[in-house]
Amino acid sequence: MKALSRHIEAFGALLLAVIWISPLLFAFWAAFHSTSDAVNFNITAPWTLDNFRIAWAGAPWLQYFLNTFLLVTVILVGQFIVTTLAGFAFAQVRFPGRDIVFILVLMQLFILPEVLIVENYAMVSRLGLFDSILGVGMPYMASAFGIFLMRQAFKGVPIELHEAARVEGCGWFGILWRVYVPLARPTYLAYALVSVSTHWNNFLWPLIVTNSPDTRPLTVGLSIFGAPENGVDISVISAATMMSVAPLLVAFLVFQRQFVQAFLRAGIK
Amino acid sequence: MAHHVNIERRRQAIYGWLLLSPAAILLTTFAFYPSLATLWSSLFSRGTRRRPSEFVGTENYTDLFADPTFWKVVTNNLIYAGATIPISIAIALGMALWANSKIPARGFVRTAYFTPTVLPMIAAANLWLFFYTPGLGVLDQIGSLFGLPSVNWLGQPETALWAVIVVTIWKEAGFFMIFYLAALQTIPEDLKEAADIEGASRWTYTRRIVLPLLMPTTLFIMVNALINSVKLIDHLFILTKGGPNDASKLILYYIWEMAFAFFDAPHAAAMTIMVLVVLGIVAGIKFTILDKRTHYQ
Repeated sequence: MKALSRHIEAFGALLLAVIWISPLLFAFWAAFHSTSDAVNFNITAPWTLDNFRIAWAGAPWLQYFLNTFLLVTVILVGQFIVTTLAGFAFAQVRFPGRDIVFILVLMQLFILPEVLIVENYAMVSRLGLFDSILGVGMPYMASAFGIFLMRQAFKGVPIELHEAARVEGCGWFGILWRVYVPLARPTYLAYALVSVSTHWNNFLWPLIVTNSPDTRPLTVGLSIFGAPENGVDISVISAATMMSVAPLLVAFLVFQRQFVQAFLRAGIK
Repeated sequence: MAHHVNIERRRQAIYGWLLLSPAAILLTTFAFYPSLATLWSSLFSRGTRRRPSEFVGTENYTDLFADPTFWKVVTNNLIYAGATIPISIAIALGMALWANSKIPARGFVRTAYFTPTVLPMIAAANLWLFFYTPGLGVLDQIGSLFGLPSVNWLGQPETALWAVIVVTIWKEAGFFMIFYLAALQTIPEDLKEAADIEGASRWTYTRRIVLPLLMPTTLFIMVNALINSVKLIDHLFILTKGGPNDASKLILYYIWEMAFAFFDAPHAAAMTIMVLVVLGIVAGIKFTILDKRTHYQ
């Protein structure tokens, strides 16, 4: 009886896994088949790369890839600098008003940049950053979440190391750079994975702030490419979708353990 | 001596504020000032060439309250939250319990559950389009095997919102699963042994011991799911564009449409303020009630 229920459970788990992965598998399969074969589920149909050829010719994908790559890099570098400095201030420097400011920072966790699209759009235009990669990236650089994460990581650094570095004649910046940053490396890695995958996938804000193929990231490019007005068929859309998720998906499958660890580290408290 | 301490204290304060300044400037520019500016502009009328914008008090808000579309969108979002939050949490819990037990092909199962999390919402929407397309889509093909008629899942008001809800659940359940997985791994083995000795069934053990221990994780996930129910709207752009007849329109999409398709910034601002108030209440509850036990330290 007990063995039977175990088997049923294992079967349920597998069935759910197959259901969960099936949209991706179908799209993958469709991307390599002609539209009529794809919609008729012709399992024996020949494989083809035509859809990728058509999709690739239909939009400046290389530029989109480059834009997305630049965007996630700009955001990550900005976030590292801003959150390291602020996290260090909150963790190790005593100054009046610190706790009140920290609460203000935590509030930003709930003032989502997504919700403030109207005013942020006005702000970015005023700064002359409309339709620029920096304009897409800037609102995300002072991430409250990142500041919080860095503060937690820096708080875990033993004070003896801090003191030792000071006795050796290190200044504030030297201590931060030589003691705290290296010790927080796992946190940086985790934060980088979360940040890159978030911004690789971000859509609404880039849609608003970009207005030309020179700045548009992949997600926005993909949505324009797949718009029904363009009359692209399902196999070609699948091919384009596969193309744009491939880098992140492959990276995820290779570094799966690190990814999951990163999301956990980033998510827990 | 006291003088020395004073200088040191002042030095620390200067360092502190210097270190904070980049974050403070950016947060002010892109979070605090825009929040206040939104509040301010929600109190003014939309300026036209002939009539410049003028102070109208709460008129934008009363306009919205009188607008049936606004209530439709609010209702939709409540259904969206009411369906996605409990269902994705329940599925996430089930996934975690399974992915944590000794089953064959556990690696594959975990990967399959988690993979949707790393896909962009736009890509997820494209994948699901393939399922929902009437006549050609996977769902219709499966239905036709059983002699069911073709259904235009995205094109009819009764099903469009639910089709959108399914995609959201598919996208976020695997993400929530990993928090449960991590929590499950912190439950000590002896509890299971003790339960076995007492002759408790696996169901009793799960219900009486595991679920209560997972409560803090559930609350944490719930706050995240709540925020997601405001934020996750990207797939609307691909699947339904809020239609048909506003049947699947959600608040953030409506704000976007109001501001960037109808160019009606004041009403968009008024709606933004209402969303911020709701998020503020959620934040208040989280920081006062939920964090009493799980202290930030």
